[in-house]
Amino acid sequence: MQQVANNHEHGHAHDHEHGHEDHEQLKVLGFWIFLVTDCILFGSLFATYAVLMHSYAGGPTGKELFELPGVIASTFILLTSSFTSGLAILAMNKGKVKELIGWLVVTALLGLSFIGLEISEFTHLVHEGATMSTSAFWSAFFTLVGTHGVHVSVGLFWMVAIMMQLRRRGLTPVTRRKVTTLSLYWHFLDVVWIFLFTVVYLMGVM
Amino acid sequence: MANHTNHNSHAESHGSLKSYVIGFILSIVLTIIPLVLVMNPLFSKAGTIIAIMIMAVLQFVIQLFFFMHIREGEKPRWNVQTLVLGLVIVLTIVAGSIWIMAFNV
Amino acid sequence: MWESLKEFASWFFVTGDPLIYGAMVSIALTMVAIVFVLTKYKKWGWLWREWLTTVDHKRIGIMYLIASLLMLFRGGVDALLMRVQLAFPNLEFLHSDHYNAIFTTHGTIMILFMAMPMMFGLFNMVVPLQLGARDVAYPFLNAVSFWLFMFGAMLFNLSFVIGGSPDAGWLSYPPLSQNDFSPGPGQNFWIWGIQISGIGSLATGINFIVTILKMRAPGMKLMKMPMFSWSVFSSCVMIILAFPILTVTIALLYLDRFAGAHFFTMDGGGNPMMYLNLIWMWGHPEVYIVVVPAFGIFSEVVATFAKKKLFGYTSMVAAVMGIAILSFFTWAHHFFTMGTSANVIAFFAITTMLIAIPTGVKIFNWLFTMYRGKISFKQPMMWTIAFIPCFVVGGATGVMLSVAPADYQYHNSYFLIAHFHQVLIGGVVFGYLAGIYYWWPKLFGFKLDEKLGAWGFWLWNIGFYVCFMPQYALGFMGMTRRYYTYGWDLGWEPLNLVSTVGAFLMGAGFVFQVWQITYSIKHGERDTTGDPWNGRTLEWSIPSPAPFYNFAVVPQVKELDDFWRVKEEKANGTYKEEPVHLEPIHMPKNSGLPFIMSVCWFIAGFGFVWEWTWMAVIGMVGVALVMWARSFQYDTDYYVPVDEVRRTEASLGRVY
Repeated sequence: MQQVANNHEHGHAHDHEHGHEDHEQLKVLGFWIFLVTDCILFGSLFATYAVLMHSYAGGPTGKELFELPGVIASTFILLTSSFTSGLAILAMNKGKVKELIGWLVVTALLGLSFIGLEISEFTHLVHEGATMSTSAFWSAFFTLVGTHGVHVSVGLFWMVAIMMQLRRRGLTPVTRRKVTTLSLYWHFLDVVWIFLFTVVYLMGVM
Repeated sequence: MANHTNHNSHAESHGSLKSYVIGFILSIVLTIIPLVLVMNPLFSKAGTIIAIMIMAVLQFVIQLFFFMHIREGEKPRWNVQTLVLGLVIVLTIVAGSIWIMAFNV
Repeated sequence: MWESLKEFASWFFVTGDPLIYGAMVSIALTMVAIVFVLTKYKKWGWLWREWLTTVDHKRIGIMYLIASLLMLFRGGVDALLMRVQLAFPNLEFLHSDHYNAIFTTHGTIMILFMAMPMMFGLFNMVVPLQLGARDVAYPFLNAVSFWLFMFGAMLFNLSFVIGGSPDAGWLSYPPLSQNDFSPGPGQNFWIWGIQISGIGSLATGINFIVTILKMRAPGMKLMKMPMFSWSVFSSCVMIILAFPILTVTIALLYLDRFAGAHFFTMDGGGNPMMYLNLIWMWGHPEVYIVVVPAFGIFSEVVATFAKKKLFGYTSMVAAVMGIAILSFFTWAHHFFTMGTSANVIAFFAITTMLIAIPTGVKIFNWLFTMYRGKISFKQPMMWTIAFIPCFVVGGATGVMLSVAPADYQYHNSYFLIAHFHQVLIGGVVFGYLAGIYYWWPKLFGFKLDEKLGAWGFWLWNIGFYVCFMPQYALGFMGMTRRYYTYGWDLGWEPLNLVSTVGAFLMGAGFVFQVWQITYSIKHGERDTTGDPWNGRTLEWSIPSPAPFYNFAVVPQVKELDDFWRVKEEKANGTYKEEPVHLEPIHMPKNSGLPFIMSVCWFIAGFGFVWEWTWMAVIGMVGVALVMWARSFQYDTDYYVPVDEVRRTEASLGRVY
């Protein structure tokens, strides 16, 4: 009997120590599952694109309008930002808040320039006469690429919020978890872009 | 107590600078190869498409292992299981749509 | 000024139909009455503190339940209106336009705003209790889910009086749902009502998966988890895999309507058939999403009321999880007649037939559980027993439909209508009703009256067969769904009249159930033990109604049906009493943010519906601000002191 009670006591102390961290672990798992749902969201958009990718309806084709240099630049920018967000995690594991924030700033700036390039690409396309309502192909193109762009933009806002919290509170289990989920999100967006780059642009200019 | 040590090692194994650098270099290489293949076609069109899709998948795997640390975390790895299931469904959505709609385009 | 205001009103509000004027007046009166009562009894603060800001899964469950019963009422009235119109040939009770709107809202409401919330209500009311957990994994997110559902449903229902109802069918196939054929905001109400509540459903899916994987009581291995929780797990896996597809599909439809895109249009290279393909990739799993939890309920009810362990627990788990995966490989059977290759049709016909196997396994498991059991025929058990023959027939007609060549004959006929009502009413509605009767005492502390319940039960059941059996025959006679009227020369009138009578019998059954609930609030048998049915699982080990922290002491689980083990050990004297040690309980704080955020979504949705960009922007900025505010909130939980736990338990008759 005594032993059972003792175990219980022990379990209790353990709970208080780890309760918070366990809870944060729980949120990381939930975030993974959210990423899987986001995968399916992009999968549905890719499926739509794949079915409509030759429906030009007499309008311009991707081959005619895509400008690869800009897209290649965006690709390397996003790839690098995925790497720098990883370096942010390394800094966090070493407990260096300033370095962590520094790498997040670099990541955010790279993300911002990615968005800038995308906006200029879209403006260029619209200028050339390819809009959402030009043909099924362009509808699918703008929706797929645009949805990714919206995800990156949301990530930027989120990044700013987390940097502010890191400055205010330093590294706590909660802020650690937030940085972890943010970097997962960022890597995920890079993965989506790899497929976008391959399927939309590379296959588009072939 | 045992749990505690476990946790420490868990935090440390969150990738090293070396693994991030290797991952980064591999990603760059796997981006350049398809670019070269598309610019200077070595294979037939179908062959190129297959090759660049393989590169994309490889890059995805590299991100998963070197950046997203898919091998870490406590067991059972529910996140990996959900991911695998999700990918099966994504594949079904894309391949199934193409297959079903093939008659209608 | 006055003239332009009048013009705006005549275009903004739905006008010209006495039925709708009547509804407007009654809605306005109800709202005035609610405001009056809340103000008179000074209940605004209570409403805000206890309900609108709650993160307690049981209260959220109760709110889901109330909302779903209201929606059942509205969807049911829609059904009765349709049946009146079809009772005799050439009736002019409803115009064709009005009839189109009614079958659209009936289907949408019954699936998305009745079945889904009733299911989420049961998830919330039961799962944490069954797992021995004190809350779900993310209580705040849970409240967000509920309010998103609620405001999505309100946005959808608003179309009844403002702007006009959608009328392109419950799945709104293009090109009918495009601007050319459905101008005006009705179709947008459909899109945004579903979109907003769909985000909530997705979040609930994630929430309960993590709850089930991570929040089980110590010792409860996955294979010792009650069957209902397994079925919820299966359902949530399907939710997270299927709902993103729905989100994309209707977002694309909206882009077609709003931004002139060409996804599903007839021109510009669009392909309406892609919409069918996409929406059924969600739509088929969706029917399993709602029916699998019902299977879980039947499993709990059968074991409890036959006083036997569930037969074939392992095969049941395998069947439920197998269905979750298999359901993603059958979608094309909803459009065999669309025209695609023979290989596609053969593949999907076979996968569809395969689905019948795990379902058959379950039916046999329930029958073998009952075999040689001492069955007590309480209300939950009555609904379960009624379900079995009903679902077997519904399932068999489903296999008939899966035979692709024959489907060319059945497709979109009343045969199909009868089939899916038989599986959805016989499976889903009967199942959820069984669940509500079963767990009602746990949530409210009293049982629902047996005698009135028996009236409801028999009216529903007799009404069901009288209503839907004739429809199988009507399908064979060539009657197609969505006809708003028919001529005398077709010979359909006797069967249609019988069907209408059956629908009204079911309606009477519902009235008896409402009466039953109101009567039982005062006169229902109180549950003082916490275990009114001699239950087997953990939720029956705590007092009824369950205290807000659920378990004063987290239970240690050794077996499947652990509470049954404890009771047996107590009966034969082998139970070892362990010293109870109360500890402070970690609980989440209430928050108004989920409610406010959902109001912002509602504003944004309303803007999107009317294509008023400024309003949509305001709403979305509001959503972003709330999320920002939440990110900076760190003081989100607290500890309930031991004293308070002891006092609460004592007031419920348990002394520690």
